[in-house]
Amino acid sequence: MKSIQVSTTINGDPVEFLCTPDEPLLDVLRNRLGLTGAKEGCGTGDCGACSVTVNGRLVCSCLVLGVEAEGAQIETIEGMAQGETLHPLQRHFIEKAALQCGVCTPGILVAAKSLLEKNASPTDEEVRYWLAGNLCRCTGYDKIIEAVQSAAAEMRGEV
Amino acid sequence: MRKQAGALGAALPHDSAPLHVTGRAPYVDDLKLPGDALHLAFGLSTVAHAEIEALDLSAVRAAPGVVLVLTAQDFDHVPDVSPVAGDEPLLADGTVHYLGQAVFLVAATSHLAARKAARLAKVTYRERPAILTVEEALAAGSRFETGPITWARGDLSTGFAAAKTVVEGEMEVGGQEHFYLEGQVAAAIPTEDGVQVMASTQHPTEIQHKVAHALHLPMAAVRVEMRRMGGGFGGKESQGNALAVACAVVASRTGRPAKMRYDRDDDMMITGKRHDLKIRYRAGCDAQGRITAMEVVHLMRCGWSQDLSLAVADRAMLHADNAYFIPNIRIESHRLKTNTQSATAYRGFGGPQGIVGMERIIDHLAHATGRDPVAIMQANFYAERPGGSPAKASPGVSPPGPQDISAKLKGEVQTTQYGMEVEDSVSGRLVGKLLADCDYHARKAAIAEWNAGSPVLKRGIAVTPVKFGISFTLTFLNQAGALVHVYQDGSVHLSHGGTEMGQGLNQKVAQVVAEVFGLSARDIQITAADTGKVPNTSATAASSGSDLNGKAAEAAALTIRARMAEFLAGKYGVAADTVRFKGGEVLVAGESHAFARVAEWVWQARISLSSTGFYATPKITWDRVRGQGRPFLYFAYGAAVTEVVIDTLTGENRILRTDILHDCGRSLNPALDIGQVEGAYVQGAGWLTTEELVWDAKGRLATHAPSTYKIPAVSDRPAIFNVALWTEPNQEDTVGKSKAVGEPPFNLGISALMALSHALSFCGTAYPALDAPATAERVLMAVERVRHG
Ligand code: FES
Ligand code: FES
Repeated sequence: MKSIQVSTTINGDPVEFLCTPDEPLLDVLRNRLGLTGAKEGCGTGDCGACSVTVNGRLVCSCLVLGVEAEGAQIETIEGMAQGETLHPLQRHFIEKAALQCGVCTPGILVAAKSLLEKNASPTDEEVRYWLAGNLCRCTGYDKIIEAVQSAAAEMRGEV
Repeated sequence: MRKQAGALGAALPHDSAPLHVTGRAPYVDDLKLPGDALHLAFGLSTVAHAEIEALDLSAVRAAPGVVLVLTAQDFDHVPDVSPVAGDEPLLADGTVHYLGQAVFLVAATSHLAARKAARLAKVTYRERPAILTVEEALAAGSRFETGPITWARGDLSTGFAAAKTVVEGEMEVGGQEHFYLEGQVAAAIPTEDGVQVMASTQHPTEIQHKVAHALHLPMAAVRVEMRRMGGGFGGKESQGNALAVACAVVASRTGRPAKMRYDRDDDMMITGKRHDLKIRYRAGCDAQGRITAMEVVHLMRCGWSQDLSLAVADRAMLHADNAYFIPNIRIESHRLKTNTQSATAYRGFGGPQGIVGMERIIDHLAHATGRDPVAIMQANFYAERPGGSPAKASPGVSPPGPQDISAKLKGEVQTTQYGMEVEDSVSGRLVGKLLADCDYHARKAAIAEWNAGSPVLKRGIAVTPVKFGISFTLTFLNQAGALVHVYQDGSVHLSHGGTEMGQGLNQKVAQVVAEVFGLSARDIQITAADTGKVPNTSATAASSGSDLNGKAAEAAALTIRARMAEFLAGKYGVAADTVRFKGGEVLVAGESHAFARVAEWVWQARISLSSTGFYATPKITWDRVRGQGRPFLYFAYGAAVTEVVIDTLTGENRILRTDILHDCGRSLNPALDIGQVEGAYVQGAGWLTTEELVWDAKGRLATHAPSTYKIPAVSDRPAIFNVALWTEPNQEDTVGKSKAVGEPPFNLGISALMALSHALSFCGTAYPALDAPATAERVLMAVERVRHG
């Protein structure tokens, strides 16, 4: 299959890559660009481990083609911290022990950030339903919700 | 005194947390391999049992990117990838034994190319009858070992004669897919004199052993490294052997690095899961609710190869009593061989299967006697050791006999059905506290009232206690090694034989070492498990990780600290035991020196700052054949109360509230321990409610992806979830007096199943006899059963 050249923006930086027309964005990120923060938990859109945003929209990168990145703005977990300064969500995930093996963590953080951009004060119920597409086998989710809520509170300037 | 940041008991985050939240923690699949690396995939059997008549792989070989294709014919001896029995050829050797078995191996230039090519084989099978269910296996006499294993004590007929109420039944309990979020993966790189393997495995030494055997190399020529797994849960104890061996074989034949990962579907089709089973039971209690006799039969579906099934089935038998003293008991266990995936280790290792049967009996007896299950539990808990006298040193192997029956009355230590004294029981007090804390009795009364006014929705509540034995039942596995170096600048390097799968083992062991040196955990450099540094390790399994490796690392650190103290004692003319290590300083003769400074002096004095440490669990003895001994160093306890609601029109159900009180001894790190408890509970509840494995009539696993196999999602988490730790120190001399935490709380999920049973009991008079997993479908069928008897 012939490769196609794609020009895109990832975490604010212009990026060009070659990929085949049937290649998922997840594989492009991981195998061609060395951005291995997004994980493959299923490859079928059911686990959320591969979550990234494309033009601000939360997607499973295993279900998006690399060629669809043409001209788009992609955000991945690698772009969440500003240099050494962690995003409040990242800090609260550490402080609240909201992770164990860590494979689900990048996807959940990307998804939670996209929730808080749309809804700065979600209810627990809203957090639960927004994150329902992100599976975690280790934590039992309790600390994840706590971490999202305490980060949201901090981002609203409440602490 | 303020606790040092690195000290034992501090609620510090997971050591890799900063890497995890930035996506920078590398897992095996994230490692960069040289550009000429090959990617592997297995071609899988499409039938459950057959002779391979013809294998046409021409299209596979001709597919784009394919470099090498191997079948059993390409080996003088097909490498074995089984953990124990030598019954798992890497590639099917003439016969396939389950649908999903590896038949051939493809190495190609990309993962996708290998997978695509693997679909192009033309295989002609001569099908043979497949044995899929435990009934079929029983009828055909298809089993491991020559017959069932039976352990008993007391006298059943006397026991049943003393019973006022007798219940009898059968329960189906489903298996469980591990669904570690990171699938199985391994990579191998050829080295000067052998091979280096990176694998997502709980058992690096076994990988080393299997790879060495496959390549006809000494173990010393194979080095296995394991930095972190993306979840294991027992599924990476033996199931990763095939990938690592395949990579090593390809690397050695081609001289190129090789990597293999299973796609989620392949992972679910190929690898073993938790053993499903049927439990047949008969049990009786007297007028006070005391169980006088109990008879249990476990029909364990083990799959096509033995794997770890014998030990798993043993542990199910060892937990058939859960937290209760049962004077007259008989447990019969059948280890049945079927043409399905080879069932394997899964968190609890058979224990949960034993415990769920016991809890079913309690629930059934409560229903039959019209009592609260709590009353039955309280009448039967192992007694607390009278007077808190120190534990006896003897293993306490006493022959089963009638003297046990009255032990509780006479204030003696009670023994289990396998003759182990239960010296540390806290079930009565622990359950009592939990019930009071979560207001169980009042809530239960309120639920009955609410249900009376609610024709469609019914609520239910239940408590499940757990007593879980800690130690490998294969006694020789209870050992661990560690290696600690202190460098001349005072920094500390730690290696131990345990593997990190998310449980925070490295963090805990680092805290143990930091405590010894009076440093902070941040000062301890944690490194990958590496067979080149710590040899002959046991799997990180049986919840033993921190018990064993913590002790070994502590021993290593203590050796080095003693040398440092000796040196200072000589230098200052004081006794070595007056030297103190704390707060990053070393205090001697009224002076205080930075730890780094002292390390430098000791180095310059030509004294070794490196040491290994070793630990072997004391006291344990176990005669597997007789089913007698002390297989466990101690027990971990806990209890959960779960409240649920069901919709009697659809069978849909959800968990409303969960309260847990769990025994971690003196916790090494409460943040990590609470995380383990919560995750284990949710996984346990998932096992018994939503996680359904379905095989079709041809033996094909129909639920082989998350679209059809439902692990709990965040929306399933109980709306109210209270978790507290029971903090009494371990009576045994464990590291920091802590208790193991990986598996015991998994069993707390059983309370969700029992709460569903309670909710169902409001639909009519018949016993719900709920099978697991209690999917909406099963709950709905149970509604009908309860209504119409
Ligand atoms: S890998 Fe994309 S949703 Fe699971
Ligand atoms: S932390 Fe392991 S899957 Fe979420």
